[in-house]
Amino acid sequence: MTEVLNAPVFADVPVREFQPGPAGTHITIRGLTKYFAGWPLYEDFNLDIPKHKIVSVFGPNGCGKSTLINMIAGLVPVDAGEILFDGKSLKDTKIGYVFQNYREAMFPWMRTIDNIAYPLKLERKSKAEVDRRMAELVASFDVKFDLNRYPYELSGGQQQTASIMRALANNPEVLFLDEPFSALDFEMTLFIREKLQEVFMQTGTTMLLVSHDLEEAVYLADQVLLLTKRPTRVAEILPYNDARPRTVETLSEPGFISTKKLSLEIFQREVRR
Amino acid sequence: MTGTPWAPPAAVPAAGAGRRPSWDKVLPFIGPVMLFIIWDLAVRFGFIKAILLPPPLDALGALVNGLAGGPLLKDFAVTVWRTVQAFMIAAAVGMPLGVLLGSNEKAYRSVEFLIDFFRSTPSSALIPLFLMIFGVSDINKVAIAAFGALLIVIFNSAYGVINARKQRVMAAKVMGASRWQVFKDVLIWESLQPSFVGLRSAVSMALVIVIVAEMFIGADSGLGNRIINSQQVMNVKDMYASILAAGALGYALNIFFLVVERRIVHWSGR
Repeated sequence: MTEVLNAPVFADVPVREFQPGPAGTHITIRGLTKYFAGWPLYEDFNLDIPKHKIVSVFGPNGCGKSTLINMIAGLVPVDAGEILFDGKSLKDTKIGYVFQNYREAMFPWMRTIDNIAYPLKLERKSKAEVDRRMAELVASFDVKFDLNRYPYELSGGQQQTASIMRALANNPEVLFLDEPFSALDFEMTLFIREKLQEVFMQTGTTMLLVSHDLEEAVYLADQVLLLTKRPTRVAEILPYNDARPRTVETLSEPGFISTKKLSLEIFQREVRR
Repeated sequence: MTGTPWAPPAAVPAAGAGRRPSWDKVLPFIGPVMLFIIWDLAVRFGFIKAILLPPPLDALGALVNGLAGGPLLKDFAVTVWRTVQAFMIAAAVGMPLGVLLGSNEKAYRSVEFLIDFFRSTPSSALIPLFLMIFGVSDINKVAIAAFGALLIVIFNSAYGVINARKQRVMAAKVMGASRWQVFKDVLIWESLQPSFVGLRSAVSMALVIVIVAEMFIGADSGLGNRIINSQQVMNVKDMYASILAAGALGYALNIFFLVVERRIVHWSGR
């Protein structure tokens, strides 16, 4: 009778081996878990985000689209899981982030140009380097407004343009955009969308875009990442391969229409589920 | 037919719009002028005895004469100097301390009760305590005023940091700013506006306590001392002149801080 009755049951939890994503993967997310108020938002969530591509994140309300990119960008802590950028941790990765609310993202005590140069200042770049990079950015964004003004003296679209310039100032490997257009009027949205596409074509920066506008999500994307209701999983990843630069004509091309239609069907299926 | 020249309809609203701003400039003076008229009538018709309330022009005359090199000027200057000293101490100690406490929320929570308790205690109630520590001296008046003002400055600066826009802090973090860089590039700036609110209330508080202290802690100078002395000998003209001088001082200090705030915190409210 050496056996102990009702001994605690131990199960051998095998240490899961890290599964690298397919070739061309930039960001690998493995076993991501996040609880909100005791309820799982993400549970053992896996995803590969390709390099030099724009991925649009789309899904039902409250499924945690913004939370997903915020966890990848390190703004929201994860409960468990691993996120690697080309095998590196976030700490060793340069990222840029564009907030929806540009008003509370810029620093109103600095002139707009100093706001844009701030990431370079943090990297202790010399004044000559900063000036060169600023001139480059001004040229590629074709800036027509006075960057020596304070952010609050600019229009909403100008402020959001400036915050995208700031996010790109130190040539980040990944650019996160959290509903960057939803606080802007339509004209400004079109303008900044085009600028973003131009910058992407020039630099090939990996971009993760959260959008609540399906047309916009598909228009900019190489991949549309569709999420389910919580606990959130990947519903579908739709590729969209129409050539860039995409224009207003793109919106009526069959590839665009079918991708958008399919996205909408999957979205509706997931909402009803 | 030639008697009534035709005027373009646009001229009428334009003239009206042109006249309105000049009216707007007059508006702030209506209240004070009305007060002086009612004051004058009350004295003139004897509703209030002249021994309690002098005619307004007499009081104003005493104020102007007194401030134009009279003895009132000296007391005025003494009160200003005490208030400024108390305020400087409160600001120099309170702002850094408040910002530090605010950036470490645990530290703030641990002293929050003390700050709130003494902030809610009328500082004048502590005058006897300060009397025991500093005696009947000039330092005493400055010390108690500085103490009262200090708590207000700490409280406002600390809350300025605690309530800093989270998104600006996140923006700095995501760009790779260290804790120290977030502190010096974001938190301090975010706390400036609430800090100024604190400074403005603090200077008013300092003035109040200085005047009270001058009244009741054996002072031989200052506006508070002058008010109580004139009251003792029923020199109401001088008493009202001193009260008006104290009011003007408080008002001027408030305006001064508003102007400085608008200069420094230029983004406030935008």
